[in-house]
Amino acid sequence: MRNSTQKLSYLEAIVAAMREEMRRDERVILMGEDIAVYGAQGLCEEFAGPRIRNTPISEASFTGVGVGAALTGLRPIVDLTIASFAYLASDQIINQAAKLRFMTGGQLKVPLVVRASTYYNNRTAAQHADRPYPLFMNTPGLKVLAPATATDAKGLLKSAIRDDDPVVFFEDITLWAKKEDVPADEDFLIPIGKADIKRSGADVTIVSIAGCLPHALAAAETLAKEGVDAEVIDLRTIVPMDRETILTSVAKTGRLVIADNSHKVGSVASEIAAVVAEEGFESLRKPIQRVATPSIQIPYNAKLEKLLYPTKDKIVAAVRAIL
Amino acid sequence: MSLDPSRQLELFTRMLRIRRFEESLIADYPIGHMSIGHEGAVAGACMALRDDDYVTGTHRSHGHPIGKGAELAPLMAELYGKRTGICKGLGGSMHLTDTKMGLICESAIVGGGIPLATGAGLSIQVRGTDQVALCFFGDGAVNEGTFHESINMASIWKLPVIYFCENNGYAVTTTVAKSHGQPDVARRGDGYGVPGVIVDGQNAEAVYEATNEAVQRARSGGGPTLIEAKTYRFDEHSNRLPIPFAYRSEEEVAFHRNERDPVTLYRNVLASRGQESGLAAIEAAVAAAISDAVQFAKDSPEPEVQDMLDSMYSNPVNFPVQHEGI
Repeated sequence: MRNSTQKLSYLEAIVAAMREEMRRDERVILMGEDIAVYGAQGLCEEFAGPRIRNTPISEASFTGVGVGAALTGLRPIVDLTIASFAYLASDQIINQAAKLRFMTGGQLKVPLVVRASTYYNNRTAAQHADRPYPLFMNTPGLKVLAPATATDAKGLLKSAIRDDDPVVFFEDITLWAKKEDVPADEDFLIPIGKADIKRSGADVTIVSIAGCLPHALAAAETLAKEGVDAEVIDLRTIVPMDRETILTSVAKTGRLVIADNSHKVGSVASEIAAVVAEEGFESLRKPIQRVATPSIQIPYNAKLEKLLYPTKDKIVAAVRAIL
Repeated sequence: MSLDPSRQLELFTRMLRIRRFEESLIADYPIGHMSIGHEGAVAGACMALRDDDYVTGTHRSHGHPIGKGAELAPLMAELYGKRTGICKGLGGSMHLTDTKMGLICESAIVGGGIPLATGAGLSIQVRGTDQVALCFFGDGAVNEGTFHESINMASIWKLPVIYFCENNGYAVTTTVAKSHGQPDVARRGDGYGVPGVIVDGQNAEAVYEATNEAVQRARSGGGPTLIEAKTYRFDEHSNRLPIPFAYRSEEEVAFHRNERDPVTLYRNVLASRGQESGLAAIEAAVAAAISDAVQFAKDSPEPEVQDMLDSMYSNPVNFPVQHEGI
């Protein structure tokens, strides 16, 4: 299988990662609501039995059950389905999973993966559409991933399942259907904590988070036609952040635009801006620009909803403002 | 199944270790939520467990590891905030977790440990061992959603979990009567198809027997049990939380201290069975062990910054962040 690839969608790549890891390691189990229907195609049949748990609608407790199983020898994947439901489970993620190793002086490890899809830009309104990376970014002890391609989704999820720390894995539903050639090698991994330069350039750095990537790449193409050579960095891992790749790029370009679909106040973009302001200020030729979602709840109306998120045009405008 | 005489003495030893450990704290280092009054419930339940069975507990965390048989010195050193503490001085009074004895969490979030014990039960079932998980929680935690969600999952999946309520009648100052629509906690099991048992928490052997029956059911695939041990907290909720009004009468506290002390009651039972000489030896040994533990705690060094950093992640990546200033 080495060097071969399969054409997979982002969602199929996630399922492939889980299938490969469940075949590889019998300690990996999968839990969640209606998992036979959502996001685990074929796994419920292949692994039918104790390792597959279709749970009651009890987010706080089945997440905690995953933590307890992780503490006692398993490597659970807890599928919260929709990231807005993570608030129900937040005590178990924040107060238990993230803290138990520290509170016990390192006696415990918590090899848990929490899957959460950011279910936005599809008219689900305010209680389904959150992109709550910042909440978990502000919780020491967690690793927080947000891949933007099928290859990265597969490689990062496999790394997360093999990791001994609790990982919150955000999957962006605007990317679910996007297909690409994905490495079929069962040991293909994307390392946690490494950003990826998806397009190299010399004039401006665009750091993209999760589903902003297609917009950032499209913006770079538009800018190229204007003679502006943009570098696009896909952050991939929110925590632990790859500061070095960002700072190295900004040192080269002197300009930074950050595209983040979370709400702007206290966003991932805010953190990146702060890091560059603190550690890379001398490199900056112009002010940092954040293209993020304004602090407005997500409306049902599609016209209004689309106004809120980062787009190619907003990213292009932000770059033009600092040329 | 009842305890043989040597196990009876072991039960008394564990109860007395909890009592003297906390009396030492009250005298020398007044910190934390005391288990004094709960010794029969805690040690009685733990005596029904094996070393490799899992336990989760609560903010009232001192009794659980001692009841499970943990070494005293690292527990005492933890309370003194020392590097030799069981949690390197990072966890403290509400989190005395000794994983060597099967403890996996002492949660200071009320109800927070209940899903974890349930998950340990699920893990046991997936791995196919004959371990069990026992979950200590208070009467207050019964009103948390995690209690209901977790016991429901344990019921549908027949998990080997014992839900053990230390019902001391008060959630800080709020009585069970004023906060529970169904004041018999054990009857909450009815709603989930889980057998519920009420036991006198001040009768250590009765607690052992009730727990042992639940453990046997769990080990043999019979699923979870809810045990309600009616007990009483002799001291205030916490040494660090002064309570400015009388939510319980002095007469009530005096009655429990004088008439319902589980350590005294069990000592009298064992003395009446002709075990007096064994009891005296235990009392001397426990006093010496506490004294040694205190000395060890006092003599031990403080933790270092590196201990904090080492405890954050199992696989640190891009950590620590130098720029953050430590």
